[in-house]
Parts: sequence; C-alpha cells; structure tokens
Amino acid sequence: MTTVDVPAELVRVPAEVKRERILGVVYLILAAIVAFFFAMGSEGDATFRLGEAGQDIDLTFSAAGFSWVVSAIFAFLAVIHLTRGIGRKSNLVLSIALVLFAFAFLAWAAAGSSFSLLGMLRTTVSAATPIAFGALSGVLCERVAVINIGIEGMLLTGAFMSALVGTVTNPWVGLLAATLSGGVLALGLAVLAIRYRVDQIIAGVVINIFALGLTSFLSSQILVENPDRFNRPGVLQAFRIPLLADIPVIGPILFNQNIFVYALWISVALTAYGLFRTRWGLRARAVGEHPKAADTLGVNVYRMRYLNVLLGGLVAGFGGAYFTLGSVGAFNENMTAGRGFIGLAAMIFGRWHPVGALAAALVFGFADSLQVRLGILDVGIPSDFLLMAPYLVTIIVVAGVVGRARPPAADGQPYVKE
Amino acid sequence: MERIAPSHIDWRSVVLVPLLAVFTALVIGALIIVLTEGPDDVVPAYVALFRGAFVGISAISETLTAATPLIIAGLSVALGFRAGLFNIGVEGQMTVGGMAAVFAGFALSGLPLVIHLPLAILAGFIGGAIWGGIPGWLRAQTGAHEVITTIMLNFIAYRLIDYLLKQPAIIREGRFDPISKDVLPSARLPQLLDWITPSLRLHGGFILALLLAWGIWWLLFRSTIGFEFRAVGSNPSAAAYAGMSVTATTVLVMAIAGGLGGLAGANQTLGVLYSVSPGFTSGIGFDAIALALLGRSHPGGVVLAGLLFGALRAGGQVMQVRSGVGIDLITVVQALIIVFIAAPALVRALYRVRAGEGAGQLTRGWSA
Repeated sequence: MTTVDVPAELVRVPAEVKRERILGVVYLILAAIVAFFFAMGSEGDATFRLGEAGQDIDLTFSAAGFSWVVSAIFAFLAVIHLTRGIGRKSNLVLSIALVLFAFAFLAWAAAGSSFSLLGMLRTTVSAATPIAFGALSGVLCERVAVINIGIEGMLLTGAFMSALVGTVTNPWVGLLAATLSGGVLALGLAVLAIRYRVDQIIAGVVINIFALGLTSFLSSQILVENPDRFNRPGVLQAFRIPLLADIPVIGPILFNQNIFVYALWISVALTAYGLFRTRWGLRARAVGEHPKAADTLGVNVYRMRYLNVLLGGLVAGFGGAYFTLGSVGAFNENMTAGRGFIGLAAMIFGRWHPVGALAAALVFGFADSLQVRLGILDVGIPSDFLLMAPYLVTIIVVAGVVGRARPPAADGQPYVKE
Repeated sequence: MERIAPSHIDWRSVVLVPLLAVFTALVIGALIIVLTEGPDDVVPAYVALFRGAFVGISAISETLTAATPLIIAGLSVALGFRAGLFNIGVEGQMTVGGMAAVFAGFALSGLPLVIHLPLAILAGFIGGAIWGGIPGWLRAQTGAHEVITTIMLNFIAYRLIDYLLKQPAIIREGRFDPISKDVLPSARLPQLLDWITPSLRLHGGFILALLLAWGIWWLLFRSTIGFEFRAVGSNPSAAAYAGMSVTATTVLVMAIAGGLGGLAGANQTLGVLYSVSPGFTSGIGFDAIALALLGRSHPGGVVLAGLLFGALRAGGQVMQVRSGVGIDLITVVQALIIVFIAAPALVRALYRVRAGEGAGQLTRGWSA
C-alpha cells in the first residue's frame, strides 16, 4: 500500500522492507536449524544414488560438511536480506534455498547410509504434474483477469470422469472425457463470472462444492456399488522416450514418465509461447491488464475471457485425470486433497508465468516426495507431521511472496462494456 | 455494501429469490436422481427427505440439532464476508476447536457443570481463534490470501488430529482406532428434550447458537468495532484514511470468525458426539459458505438459512436410509442454491420475475 505517488523504483515501500526483514529472519532461523540439528547431528558420509538399477552413479559426501556449507549460505542470505535486500529475484532464491534445506535434511537423514535421489526426483516430477496443470489453468484464466478458485473442483471432476469413462470404454476416451468435463465446469465459471458478474472467488468456491458433492454422490451411487465395472480404468504406464531417456540422471527423471508428464512439458511450452509470442497472447494479456483499452482497440473482451477460461478448464480437467489414470488407477472421494489450491499458490509463486508456475509446482512436488521419502527413511518425525509438509510449504511460500508478486492489473474485476 | 445489506427490504431479493433458488435446486436434484437411480425413486426420496426433516417431534429435534453447528459456522463465514474476508477454513477451525473442547472436557475433572462446561466451550473458542487468527495475521502482515492459507490450515488440522488421536493422553483406553476419550458429563451441553423421549438429541447448543447470532448482529450493527469491520470490508483504503487500522481489524475479524468456527466444533463434540474422531466435522464448514451467502451475510438470515440446511441434512440422512439416495446429493443441492443466490439474474431469466442485484463483490483479489 503506497501512500505517496512516487514511482515504485524511486521509493522503497515499507511493506517491501518489512518483507525483506521477515525473509532475513526466516533465513537466520533456517541457518540455525541446519547448523545445530543437521550439521552437528550427523556423522559419516551420505550417499545419494543417482543411477537407475544397474547404473552406478553415486554422490558421496560428508553430511556434516555439506550442512555447514548450507548453513553458511543461509547466514549469508540473511545478511543480504537484512541489509541490502534481494528484491526481484527473491522468489528464485527462496526456491533454491528451500531445496538446499531439504538436501541438508536428507543428508542428515541418510548420513552413514545411502538412498536413491533419482527415485525421489522422479517422484517429484510426477507429484508436481497435477499441481502444475492446476497452476497452468490458473495462469490461463488470470491472464485474462478471471480468478479461478474452482481448479480443485475441475481436477476432482477430471479424476472422476477419467475413472468412470475410462473403465466403461478405455483409458484414452476417459482422458478425453476428463478434459471435456473440466471444460464444462469452466464454462459454468465463465458464465457466472463474465455474464452474470458473480464475485469470482465465490463462483469458484461454488464450482468446488458442486464438484465435490456431485463426484462424492455419483461415486457412492455408482462406483462403490460395482468397482469392477465402473472404477477400474487401469493406469497409463510410463514409457521411455528413446535416446533422451538414456541421458544420465536427467533422462530417467524427465523422459521415463507417463503421458501426463510429457503433456505437461508440451502444454507449458505452448502456453509460454502462446502468451508471449502470438497475437492471441498479446490480446489475452491486454484484456487482463486493461480491458477497456483492449476493447477500444477492437479486442472482444468477453470472447477472450470465455476462450481462456475454457482452455484453463480443459487443462485442469486433463490434469485431474492424472490422479486416477496416471497414479493410483481408481477414484476415491476428494482424492485431490487440496492440490488445486496448491496449484494456485504455484501460479502466484511463479508470477503468473507458465514456466515460473512449472518451477513452483516442482518445488511443491519436491515437498510432496520429500514427505514420502522421509517416511521411508524413518527419521523419527511422526508421519502425520510429514504429511503436513506440502501444505506448510504452500503457506510459507504464499506468505513470503504475495504482495511482491503483481497479478494482472484487472484480476478479479468483472468487465462491463459501455 | 448496500447490495449485500439493503436499507429498505426488497421482498423479491430477500424472500422470493431464495425460495425460487431452493425450489430450482431441488428440481435439478430430482433430475440427478432420475439420471442415476431412475424416475421411480424421486418421489420416495423426496418424501423421505421431507418426513425426516419436519414430520414428528423426532424429525424436528434432528433438524434443529443439525442446524445448530451450521448456524454457528455460518455466522463465522458471514462475519468474514462483512469485513471483506473469505473464511473457507471453518472446517479446520471446527476440527481444532472441537478437539480443544474435548480435551478440556475430559482432562479437567471434579468441576461442577457451571464451571466445567463454560471452560470447555472457551477452550473450543480459543482453539478456533488461534486457527483463524493465523491466516488473519498472515493476511495483515504479508498479504497472503486467506482463501489459500485457510484451506491449507484445514488440511494441517486434519493431520494434527490424526496425530493427536494416536497419543496415549487422548486416545480412548483399549481402542486402537483413532477416537478420543469421552467428554465428562460435567462438560456436556445439557439435553433439552430428553424429558419427552431420551433419544431426542436437541441440546443447549441451539440456544447458544441463537445467542451468538444476536451477539454477532449486535457486534456488527450496534458496536464501534463492528462498524470498523464493515468499513474495512467495503473500502479498506477509505477505512485506513479515516484512521482505522486495517491490520488490527483483519486479525481481529479472522480470530473471532475462527473462534466461531471453533465453537461450531465444540458444539458438535460437547453436544452430540462427546468425543473426536477423524472427519467429525462432516463438511459443515463448507456448507457454512453456502449458508452465509443464502443468509445474505446477515445473522438473522444465517439463522433462517441454517434451519433450512439443518432440515436438508436431517432429512438427507433419512432419505439415504429409506430410499438409498446418497446424502451427498444434499451437497449438490446446496451448491446449486448458491449459484442461484449469487446470480439472481439466472432466477430472473428462469421465472421472469424481477430479482434484485447479485451478491456483488464480496471478496478481495490476490493483492488488495
């Protein structure tokens, strides 16, 4: 909240300074935790395995030494935050810092033994996939200034439809049905938000409640009664992309996954290109920043908004199919467990940019897979607390960056054509 | 603000639109039954719904019992809306508040009811107030949007009670499934109708809910703090210019709203269940959103909407048992009700009546 009308570059607004201080203190605390718990508490070497079965790529290092280095980096970051401030790049720095913290944690947990980092990174990518689709859906909608809180409901409906239709016909038709069902919900959101100018956050929450109620109802009426006929769609297995999957370390992580992961790479690339390199993208962004100006120049504001929200719904519906076809192979009530909202957080963290959203989703996916790994390593933290990790990271991230990140100027405001 | 709380009562938007919204939602619900169960099931299902909600003293007792936590939770969401904050964290606040109340209810012993019960209720309020105050503080200090933080805290609360229900101090003796010890009789909300038949579950929480509704009405429309709440809700910049602290108000609103959520949880654990097990909130926190919108964020409206939703819940249980149509249908009907309430133009188009304006802008975007 600026009180003086001076360009933002010339004056450091107090909120900004306060946030730098908060982050500075956070880094100090992290440095202390790493030093006192991980560095002083670990003995021996930790080995991170980076090869697939049969491959021998190991990373062996002193767990304590690594933690001391990480602690020093955090202390250094704290000093910068408290004195000079980091400014625009602090999101990126924060992500890297969180990952470093996690590695110090893992080194401490694995000190004296070894564990498969490759496996963990593969889980990271697959756990990040639905979150990234959700975030991408958010980017598409919010770039035209329609807030989409209904992503969670679209993911859930996608998961349900892919299970039902996927079992009755085949998984590929199920995938199509999931995509379309996301589109139908998005159309509902678009009509409420654009035509009837309903408060967009409320419209989105309605979509979520509706989707939760309908999928739970249909699941208890149809799927549970006869799971073999209606809830056994099977899983779309991972397949190696020749050559690319043979690259050491990176290959198995990025190119030995299922169709959802590959679709994600393509969707992110297409959206990034589309938004910033095509006429459609320029118009969409104009509608999101200043709809009146866009309208004056002959852009059909309503049509752009309908189109993008619809696209966002299709993307979210497709991503929802991941929960069944790409993961456990059956639908359960409320199985998305807040991933749509985490996707929104990833969108904000990624500054409304497709690539940023993907990177942020990977951070959340990392938190998710870390939680699984730590459960296996049995580090003495109760599993219920480990399960909180993705949600806690989301809160920390949103608290750390919002306000600094600038949403599209007209975000959330209905447009009335004069 | 005028659109949410019109100074003159426009009977069309206050009475007609909600009635038509409920009616239309029930019609669509019937269509869903036709599609999933067949046309023969609609009449038995809705007859069971109606009988379970209204016919006989037992049905009415169940309706009021179900309405009680809904009213309290609805007040929590409504209070937030009035201050421009969207509390979708009632589920988590109920979970934490209900747990705190149960803990106070079995850990303190040897106290008389007049001391023990208020202490347990207070514990519920404080638990919820902390759970709601955290997102309020985050919002005020860092701008983190309460829609995301409250949802995340819901999930954290679920995991928290999963953990707590494994601790020897809390888990019921001799049990391995997650269920807490029972609340002592001295901390239970007294039954109101057990002199008629012991099975009637209506309890003192209902009176508490009505008192809370009156209290929130007084707070919002008769007190200075409430005026500040509403001022911050309708125009934060103007409120700040007039010398009000937006930061302090945000934290206070969320803490009180969270406290109400906690009371809704305590109401369930001290009045109905007498213990905590996972999922004891059963979606009441989400129903509360629909209810607050239906009640136009006015405490009186929330009470009426709460009674309606209580009837749907109580009747839905009977419908599920008698006709096999799942109670989740009620959630769908409720979501449809909000759609029509939030977009009265839809009702207008369907029935060709003049309907007032919609709910308008109730929440703030990411950066406001």
